[in-house]
Amino acid sequence: MGTPKNIGQRRLVVGAHYGMRDWLAQRVTAIVMVIFTVVLLVSFLSGQNFNYEGWAGLFARQWFKLFTLVTFFGLYYHVWVGIRDIWMDYVKPVGIRLTLQIATVLWLLACAAWTVQILWSV
Amino acid sequence: MSEAVREAQKKGRPVIRNVDFGDITYRGYYKQPPSAIVSILHRVSGAGLFLFLPFLLYLFQESLRSEISFAHFAGIASHPLVKLILLGLSWAYLHHFTAGIRHLFMDNHIALDKQDAQKTARWVLVISLVLTALVGLKLFGVF
Repeated sequence: MGTPKNIGQRRLVVGAHYGMRDWLAQRVTAIVMVIFTVVLLVSFLSGQNFNYEGWAGLFARQWFKLFTLVTFFGLYYHVWVGIRDIWMDYVKPVGIRLTLQIATVLWLLACAAWTVQILWSV
Repeated sequence: MSEAVREAQKKGRPVIRNVDFGDITYRGYYKQPPSAIVSILHRVSGAGLFLFLPFLLYLFQESLRSEISFAHFAGIASHPLVKLILLGLSWAYLHHFTAGIRHLFMDNHIALDKQDAQKTARWVLVISLVLTALVGLKLFGVF
């Protein structure tokens, strides 16, 4: 046997799925959420209209609906990366871990659908 | 050998192996540096926000759907216990937010050395708690 093919200088650096994609997605979605938080706070607080009309008026506009939806989809991806890390750190039996991971994905998909329903109800 | 271990031997501190949860919390054998506290709270706050996601989506739904549902939302949110939960979730959001920004700076190799990392960790704790206090004062009608 020669030296292992996938460590040290011979480590594959492209397309190997070492977790780079999730790591990057977590950061990108975090930045999107930061921007959304700032935009939401500024538009709501500068509106001086702190009642139902002011609040619903923000989300009634199409571009804000889409911005909110994209942010929430990003949030659910971010949650997936974080919760998966927690399962991988603390849950060692493979069967239970896989079950929890599948449950997390299904639950987050349901949340994504619910978010669409909420946003297009106004 | 790591720096911490060498220092421990020099100062004659007890060496504890197989460190468990009690050693770093109530027994106090290991004092956690600010960065460690920020790190575990980042995880705890993220998990807490995940667990309360259905509650938050429900409140979001009631706040948007109609004027009547908005009144329902306002009714729920005015309950003292709900306010306390919302204050806790506000802290979770603000801590996760500020600790996350610290992460993004460190990803770009800013404030990576020992002193700076502890300094920024302290700032994360202070800023998130001050902002949470402001939210709390607003929530309980002080201003």
